[in-house]
Amino acid sequence: MRTLKWTVTTLTVAFLLAPLLVVAIVSINENRYMDFPPEGFSVSWYTALWTDAGWRNSIVRSVTIAGASAGVAVLVATPLAYVLRAYRIRLAPLLYALGILPFMLPPVISALGMQVFWNATGHVGRIENVILAHGVFFSTLPLVAISLAMETMDPSLREAAHTLGANPRTTFRTITFPLLVPSMITGYAAAFVLSLNEYIISFLVAGFSVETLPIKIFNSLRYGFTPTIAAVTVAFIVVAATVFTFAAMFGNLLRFLGADVDQLERNA
Amino acid sequence: MAEQRRPTRGTYGVLAIPVAVLTVLFVVPFGMMVATSFYHRIEGGFYEPAFELNSWQRLFSDVFLERAAFSIGISLVAGAICIGIAFPFTYFLTRMRRRPHVALLILVLSALSLSEVIVGFTWSVLLGRAAGISNILVWIGLMDEAAAYQPSFVAVLLGLSYIAFPYCVLTLYPSLTRLDREITEAAQTLGASPWRTFRTVVVPMSRPIILAGFLLVFVFTLGSYLIAAILGKPEHWTLSVYISDQASFNANVPFAAAMAIFLTALSLAVVGIVTLIETRTRRES
Repeated sequence: MRTLKWTVTTLTVAFLLAPLLVVAIVSINENRYMDFPPEGFSVSWYTALWTDAGWRNSIVRSVTIAGASAGVAVLVATPLAYVLRAYRIRLAPLLYALGILPFMLPPVISALGMQVFWNATGHVGRIENVILAHGVFFSTLPLVAISLAMETMDPSLREAAHTLGANPRTTFRTITFPLLVPSMITGYAAAFVLSLNEYIISFLVAGFSVETLPIKIFNSLRYGFTPTIAAVTVAFIVVAATVFTFAAMFGNLLRFLGADVDQLERNA
Repeated sequence: MAEQRRPTRGTYGVLAIPVAVLTVLFVVPFGMMVATSFYHRIEGGFYEPAFELNSWQRLFSDVFLERAAFSIGISLVAGAICIGIAFPFTYFLTRMRRRPHVALLILVLSALSLSEVIVGFTWSVLLGRAAGISNILVWIGLMDEAAAYQPSFVAVLLGLSYIAFPYCVLTLYPSLTRLDREITEAAQTLGASPWRTFRTVVVPMSRPIILAGFLLVFVFTLGSYLIAAILGKPEHWTLSVYISDQASFNANVPFAAAMAIFLTALSLAVVGIVTLIETRTRRES
């Protein structure tokens, strides 16, 4: 069993890391074409990400879309999660399902729906279309995070506020909302990272006029590999790993992922 | 959780905003897509309101059915590979000390947050002729000449497994953290080896979540677009590639819409089965 444990863990880690390592090596290769073993060391492919206007624009565009659409996602999810858990609402399961459904279905379905929708309005190929499409598609992530926080919130806190004479509005403002903020941040971060990486929705909604980073990468793949793509890949991985390391250090990453932390402590 | 309060008029006002947004930007577009599947396609990329069944008839053509079967088949295989590796991996993960536990989770999450285009690109490098595995083999003298292993079926399968694996771990993770150590220890006290405990206690106990995880990964890989587009030849394309190809380059939006509805129905059926399994498991425990 011990051997099995180490074999499975090592092989899995190798599987997850292998392509990342190869790309990291390619990204510092001096040569214009990719080869292995690399010849010479150079960071020029990293600086090109910022000095080349095409790459810089698509990075800025993707970060703008991710920042704004994660905001939309949290704005849609917060009132939905709060009201459905704090009040007795008829049809609550149905409304919750409405919030989960876009993300449960393959993204190409939302993408095509959005394409047909914006075509009908005549408002096509705009960055705000992508922001709204991502906002709705990724609202599931903050919705799940905030609903979970509502469920695990200690009821005595709100009852105490009520007993001390706070009306529902004051209780929400001074007790419930501050307790929801960490989950809103986690939900925002998750929506942000996934939006940054999303391809098919951006492509079908406005792919020919709004070139996001994933679209730019895919388009440049067709003209052959350049180490710039490898450099952008490494930059992406570093950003993602940093975000999650921070989430593990300052937030409750394990609980957000659904772990029963007390049971883990007992098992360890 | 506190007792649920009775809603007031203000409550419905607050609730109306997200519901309106989701209705306008998800339900309405979906309805329009359903309508579009009956529209008439005009050569040159446009479509006009009509009621015809051309796009739906095409769903029953051999070409489409073959595509659909291939798509479902490769997603099933990728799902099975993923769950087969992810289950023992996640089980061992939840029994590790805090530090390696968190470190491995961060690795899994970092892999999860990689764009499909990046995963496709990294595997195409790794399996390619220019800077891939074969170059390493040549370098250490095991091979004479570098070879390309993509585009190919195996490349698509590897790519799909790579993007689905983190999802798989995360679906199994919550319930495996809840697995009480006392149960496995009891089995071992009674003389079962750790391997036998795993095989005869842990796996059977987790059968529902294994099935649920497998089906969720199946839906996930069914929706993958870029992996097949980058690592496969056209005969390895999945339904998602086919749908977007029809919607953009071939400009047959009505047919794309009909295929998308087929994909929706398929995914909803699988999600429905998962929900059934989960409610039944909850009732039993």
